[in-house]
Amino acid sequence: MMIVYGVALLAVCYLLGQSVGELLGQWLGIHANVGGVGFAMTLLILANQWLHKRRWLTSEMEQGILFWSNLYIPVIVAMSATQNVSAALTGGVLAVLAGVIPTALAISALPLLAKMARSTVNKTPEA
Amino acid sequence: MKSILELLSKNGLVVALLTTGIMVMFAQFISKRVTGKRIPGAAIAILMGLVLAWIGGQITGGKSGIADVSLFSGFALLGGSMLRDFTIVSTAMGARFSEMRRAGIPGAIALALGIVLTFFAGAVLAWMAGYRDAESITTIGAGACTFIVGPVTGAAVGASSDVIAISIAAGVAKSILVTVGTAPVARWIGLNSPQTAMIYGGLAGTTSGVAAGLASTDPKLVPYGAITATFYTGLGCLLCPSILYIIVKWLVQ
Repeated sequence: MMIVYGVALLAVCYLLGQSVGELLGQWLGIHANVGGVGFAMTLLILANQWLHKRRWLTSEMEQGILFWSNLYIPVIVAMSATQNVSAALTGGVLAVLAGVIPTALAISALPLLAKMARSTVNKTPEA
Repeated sequence: MKSILELLSKNGLVVALLTTGIMVMFAQFISKRVTGKRIPGAAIAILMGLVLAWIGGQITGGKSGIADVSLFSGFALLGGSMLRDFTIVSTAMGARFSEMRRAGIPGAIALALGIVLTFFAGAVLAWMAGYRDAESITTIGAGACTFIVGPVTGAAVGASSDVIAISIAAGVAKSILVTVGTAPVARWIGLNSPQTAMIYGGLAGTTSGVAAGLASTDPKLVPYGAITATFYTGLGCLLCPSILYIIVKWLVQ
């Protein structure tokens, strides 16, 4: 029985988050859901922590949510299988370039940020 | 035979579940035996999905890939936006704000920088490829982030299905690159501590790629990289169809 509470918790976070995204979209004047998934994820993290602290989150409840998170790769696979790939093949080179160049660029920022991280860590004991 | 086919069409979702199950199993096998785990099973399965979608498109001439073939109509539900968003939200269970705080300011900067830099680099490439509408440019830029941010953004801003497919393909290319490329560049970029792993997860983002890439670099670093990478998709889904889309719209006009 507890499993369904977990699923229901996930569902309420999902619906609330999507609603916030919908309202934000309307408010911004975009005919789109703005970050509904992001809001829902944030809500679930907060709910998870809040319930965890009070020991209200049983492992059975967690199972109800983890089941869906394990399904995420298969769902993404199914989603890929329903895309208009035939039409996308004309942009095949673009897809590879858009996957490779921006990533290489972003990762090359690591040494700089790592340097910054070290200087913050070194400063903390003094503060 | 005809009645069996009818039965399968009526139980489309179950057929879709079985088909993806077989695909993932087959992909895991190829990942282990053929590529020696260098390419993650998830990436191979997604590529197989894209191939299946291409086959469906060739057979029916429709826009919904394999879901246009009546036997596989259940793919429309399993791979539709409702279950996609629902399962993505559920992965947030693996992240905690308190652990995020340990990465400190550099981790947060890495997340923001990783998304913004990747998005605009992808957007510029889309523009160079001839796309001029804000919706397509935004979606391809978002696809450069991850194969989840791309379609979520595409659906939100109303991009066409072929552009969404490009964004997924870009995300898949990235996931493969991060998986295969992390270990070779690790020493070169100084990826050798929990803290740098968290920064790396924030910059690279693709959870499956980062987890698999760090596993082949140093298994101890996996959870640290995965923590920030988990936030990347959520933050990307938040930023790409909102602020970044508005900026692109403003730039295009």
